[in-house]
Amino acid sequence: MAEPQTPPTRPFRFRVHRRKAGDAGGRYDSFEVALDERRTVLDGLVAIRREHDPSLTFRHSCFHASCGTCGMRVNGADVLACVTQVTDLGGEVTVEPLANLPLVSDLVVEMGAFYGPFDRAGRPLVRESEMLPGAERAEGVEVLTRYEDCIECGICVSACPVAGSDPRYAGPAALGAAGRVVLEPRNADRATALRFADDEHGIWRCHVAYECTEACPSNADPGGHIMRLRRTATADRFRRWFGAGRAAR
Amino acid sequence: MSEQRPVTPAPAARPVERRRGWWGWFDPRGRRLGGWAFALNRLTGLGLVAYLYLHLGVLALLARGPEAWDAFVDFALNPLVLVGDVVLIFGMLFHGLNGLRVGLVGYGVVASRQAALFVGLMIIGAIVLVVATLRVFA
Repeated sequence: MAEPQTPPTRPFRFRVHRRKAGDAGGRYDSFEVALDERRTVLDGLVAIRREHDPSLTFRHSCFHASCGTCGMRVNGADVLACVTQVTDLGGEVTVEPLANLPLVSDLVVEMGAFYGPFDRAGRPLVRESEMLPGAERAEGVEVLTRYEDCIECGICVSACPVAGSDPRYAGPAALGAAGRVVLEPRNADRATALRFADDEHGIWRCHVAYECTEACPSNADPGGHIMRLRRTATADRFRRWFGAGRAAR
Repeated sequence: MSEQRPVTPAPAARPVERRRGWWGWFDPRGRRLGGWAFALNRLTGLGLVAYLYLHLGVLALLARGPEAWDAFVDFALNPLVLVGDVVLIFGMLFHGLNGLRVGLVGYGVVASRQAALFVGLMIIGAIVLVVATLRVFA
């Protein structure tokens, strides 16, 4: 029986952002990793942690673009590391944490800042999970919930130029979620979502760069939702001004 | 048996704010069409504001008599100033046409075709710019 062929490897130089608690600033550490052409940036990071530095921190889980945990900046682009092949990146791979979210350590960002606006919007698109009916629940968790469409990777927030300069901006992820609820409520709290979105730091702060939609790995189209929300909010105001009440709600 | 290195967990970190800031608007890495349009719209906007003040200053020459105005007209025919005119026309065209895209898309009109709208408007802008450049240097 023929031996399975091992694909040839070649060296890749990884420049990885490092910053631990108490460090005055960030730095970049370089690692040389041999990978074959099928491997991804996430494979490279796992190899670095296994072979070079076990203190390197990064988030990951599913390895197939489903969980959204391995969002990071690779050579300046906001991507999921698990589906970004190293052969597409040349010989040097610079890996940084997502931008516009607080940094915890190395490549790990504080996702609480990402979820905050979802709470203010009335937690749109959060629904009871139908996927895991028999799953064990952690203490205090009554029902398992999940988001629709959005895989909560934070890539849209990192790619958005406005989120980079306005800390009060609600951000494309939460506004996109609010957009789905407003346009297609399915018994969700449409009024709270529209009130959250129709704000100077909400849909009116967006400057139509569409980086969020372009970067989104799950085609949730937050930019398109923001634009459609603007039309809805504007029509809603006209109705109120001309005495038709908040008919859209 | 090989000796295993103990890994001490890092202490709990206080998250560090890490925004790209306004200078991040001009970071070319990972930038796509809409991001470039966003950045260039800001640059052309600032340029047009600066030009407005320059324009008002030039118009003020009229109050200083025909000699002052004629001297300025001679200066304005300098090829370098004509290149500046072309840059100005580019700025006006880009800012105006991209503003039209932002206005239309921003109210949900052709939101799903915003990239095609941008390319279409820029083609129109490029044609107008070529014609204007030929006329400026004619």
